[in-house]
Amino acid sequence: MSADPNAARLVVPDPATATAHMKISRAQWAVRQFGKSSRETVMTVAEAVARAGHAKAKHYADWAVRETGFGVVEHKTIKNELSTLPLLDYYRDLDLVGPRILPDVKMVELPRPAGVIFALTPATNPIATLYYKAMLAILSRNAIVFSPHPAARECSFDAAKMLAEAAEAAGAPAGLIQCVEQPSVPLVQEMMASDKVAVIMATGGGPMVRAAYSSGNPALGVGPGNAVAYVDPSAKVDATAKRLVESKSFDNSVLCTNESVVLTLDANRANMERALRSAGAHLCNEADTDKLRDYLFSEHGFNVEAVGKSAAWIADKAGIRVNPSVRILVPTITAPGQDDQLFREKLCPVLTLASAVDFRQAITIAAQILKRGGGHSAAFHGEAPGRLLEFSDALPVYRVVVNAPCSQGAAGFATHLPPSFMIGTGFAGRSSVGENVGPQHLVHWTRIAYNKDASVPFDNFDLSVLERKQPNRPAPVQAAPHTPSALPDSDRDMLRQLILEELRGLSGGNT
Amino acid sequence: MFNYGFFSFESKDDLLQKAAEYWNPGKVQFWSDAGTPMVIDRREEYFLYDMSGKRLIDLHLNGGTYNFGHRNPELVATLKSGLDYFDMGNHWFPSVARAAFAEQLIKTAPHMQYAIFGAGGAEAVEIALKTARYVTKRKKIVSIIKGYHGHSGLSVATGDERFSKIFLADRPDEFLNVPFNDPDALEQVLKKGDVAAFIVETIPATYGFPMPDDDYLRECHRICRKYGTLLIADEVQTGLMRTGVMWGWQGYGIQPDIMVCGKGLGGGIYPISACLVTKECGGWLTEDGAAHISTSGGAELGCLVGHKVIEMLQRPEIISNVHFVTDFFAVAMQEMMARHSDIFVGVRQRGVVLGLEFDHPEGAVAVSRALYENGVWAIFSSLDKRVLQFKPGVMLTVDVCQEIMDRFDAAMPRARQLLKTMRTAA
Repeated sequence: MSADPNAARLVVPDPATATAHMKISRAQWAVRQFGKSSRETVMTVAEAVARAGHAKAKHYADWAVRETGFGVVEHKTIKNELSTLPLLDYYRDLDLVGPRILPDVKMVELPRPAGVIFALTPATNPIATLYYKAMLAILSRNAIVFSPHPAARECSFDAAKMLAEAAEAAGAPAGLIQCVEQPSVPLVQEMMASDKVAVIMATGGGPMVRAAYSSGNPALGVGPGNAVAYVDPSAKVDATAKRLVESKSFDNSVLCTNESVVLTLDANRANMERALRSAGAHLCNEADTDKLRDYLFSEHGFNVEAVGKSAAWIADKAGIRVNPSVRILVPTITAPGQDDQLFREKLCPVLTLASAVDFRQAITIAAQILKRGGGHSAAFHGEAPGRLLEFSDALPVYRVVVNAPCSQGAAGFATHLPPSFMIGTGFAGRSSVGENVGPQHLVHWTRIAYNKDASVPFDNFDLSVLERKQPNRPAPVQAAPHTPSALPDSDRDMLRQLILEELRGLSGGNT
Repeated sequence: MFNYGFFSFESKDDLLQKAAEYWNPGKVQFWSDAGTPMVIDRREEYFLYDMSGKRLIDLHLNGGTYNFGHRNPELVATLKSGLDYFDMGNHWFPSVARAAFAEQLIKTAPHMQYAIFGAGGAEAVEIALKTARYVTKRKKIVSIIKGYHGHSGLSVATGDERFSKIFLADRPDEFLNVPFNDPDALEQVLKKGDVAAFIVETIPATYGFPMPDDDYLRECHRICRKYGTLLIADEVQTGLMRTGVMWGWQGYGIQPDIMVCGKGLGGGIYPISACLVTKECGGWLTEDGAAHISTSGGAELGCLVGHKVIEMLQRPEIISNVHFVTDFFAVAMQEMMARHSDIFVGVRQRGVVLGLEFDHPEGAVAVSRALYENGVWAIFSSLDKRVLQFKPGVMLTVDVCQEIMDRFDAAMPRARQLLKTMRTAA
């Protein structure tokens, strides 16, 4: 027996996995109903969920920062908000519900929702990602079961519950949005392999994304980023520096779209350094750069303690003296070799500065840097469309953000890219999807295709045959509320009699 | 060769021969004649595998015993865990597993005070009837015509004479029957003031789940109180979330003086039953706690499994699933009845308790056979063979539910054919 006298004497089977399986089953029931909903119902539910999420954006931003220690409340609030009503607005006209009749090609397309989505959400952006994936699920008429990163378990569970309640109140079936209570690695692996899961949406660490792809189930997994921002000599350097600092300090840089390295040409370097400094960056000298590298990287990789912390906090830990109002730290690499650890992804406000002798070399360096974070994003600052095209064509990325902050730009909030918290890293990033993931990725279409020979006529279709008749459903059985001291009727009769007699006595027998 | 390690059989026929020779020739013959000669070999989830390899979806569930399906992994893990620490225990002494389980059961029915354990439903019914006699000092027990409460001494006497007369166990002087859904008939019998208890299944299972009229149970309760008779709710088939609430009576607005549960309480892996009584009815437990004892009643391993069963049934996911399954079959059966209205004439349903009516005195026997041939196992009601008992489990999934209905639809032509033969024969 254990030395602890209070330790359990029996081994209790963990109910978490069994309960998670039940959640998946419940989601299947929900999607059976919701997957056939009208567009009107879908939009009503989406609107209700978006509003509920928006109203609580700050509440959960606050909770997420408190629970995880990552990021900045006001920035998380913005991200949470963006994942609700603006996201809905973006997709408002995308109809994934109604059949499409295409007489020109003699085809009819019928939408087929995936079914049950099993969605992982990260500790760095727990609520924004959860909101975003829930919205995508609703718009595509799927049910979703979340498994949050354990470090963000409580806020995520609560937020999912809140969205589920809003959805139900708007007419969605129970079980459309659910969240695993006790996420763990074995649980996630078992759930990902469930034959009841239609698709996995994996956002998180590389190993988890790889595990999603290895599960045997269809998966939308996106790899890590490591965005290089190239500043061309044609760029307006002060505006660019301001954008870079804004972007890099946003939510203490926990987005995978955040710039990791700013790269310019040697001739432009001094100019850039000055501009960054005046935009609020601390430019590290060689000694500071070494200290920062030592603090942020060890043989085990990136120091997770620094994730989502402020620049001043990190400087203090690294032993660098900075002005407390500093917004980002900029280590400087004078001779950019291939292997400097500071060229890796850094989910904190540390932006590495390097320069190349010419544009050709800049592309080479950028490509080398993007061997980590391939398929993700890069940024181009300047007014040189030719070089922009060359840059974009040469690099293994699927987004190049131009003259905009990369964190918001690649995620679709400062550009016309689709707003997204899943940035598809495509084949270059070992992913099945190369664009910003949207609800359209969660629907496949049954295509009715006619003989293209002109002698075979295309038909007219009456779509009302597809409308679901609403069957009469039995009212659920409700338990009568328990009345602990309920008197038997006979006692109640007796009591009534006594009261009557007493009243009679009071009124002198005249009642 | 069916080698089970401990014993083996050459073939299914070999087994059937041995079963008839050493076990029960009547039952072996009956199922063979019925065209459903099942010998369950493997079993998992809601699937049974006959020795022939044929797979059947289980909608019999032995009255809810397999509410969670067969060998539910969580329940099996619980029992295995229990075997590393407990055995059946010593029924004479207070026990941790019994106390914990009793408290948990009472919390599901807070107007009750004590849980008294047995090994099976009939034993729990015995306890209930003995308790009622103790409290009222009256001997007579009233039950409904075609009621069913078990096969032991007092319990079998409450039921249909098919099961009592053969053993000379009927006691017409002490055990009276009244028609179901007829409160006036009950009042006539209770009037004399010499009836200890009225025992009734909340929805009579073996009678084919006829639904109680809206106020029937409330009215029965009122009449019982009026004449000092105790109301015993037999929840063996209607308890454990099967009607959409934990106990069937909770949905009918009554609070019985005594209730009985069994079957699914042991999760299909360790037999246990319980009789719950109010404080007023539990006097004998103070006067002489050993007045009823049972070596295997309330075995600690059973208590542990039962504890897990109750915990699982209270999970929101399970409650929600019960509602989805209820809803699914309500709609699906209406559609099915519309498609096969010539033979399929009625649906009785509350939660996942369903009785399907067919237009022939033995209609459900034919349908049971047709379903069996199409991979679904559902049994007819012993005391009303027009009605098929259709009992989906609380954890059924969408896909299996849909498969059940697909197979049901496919079985209907065969059922029609069998019924035609029966009609011609009759």
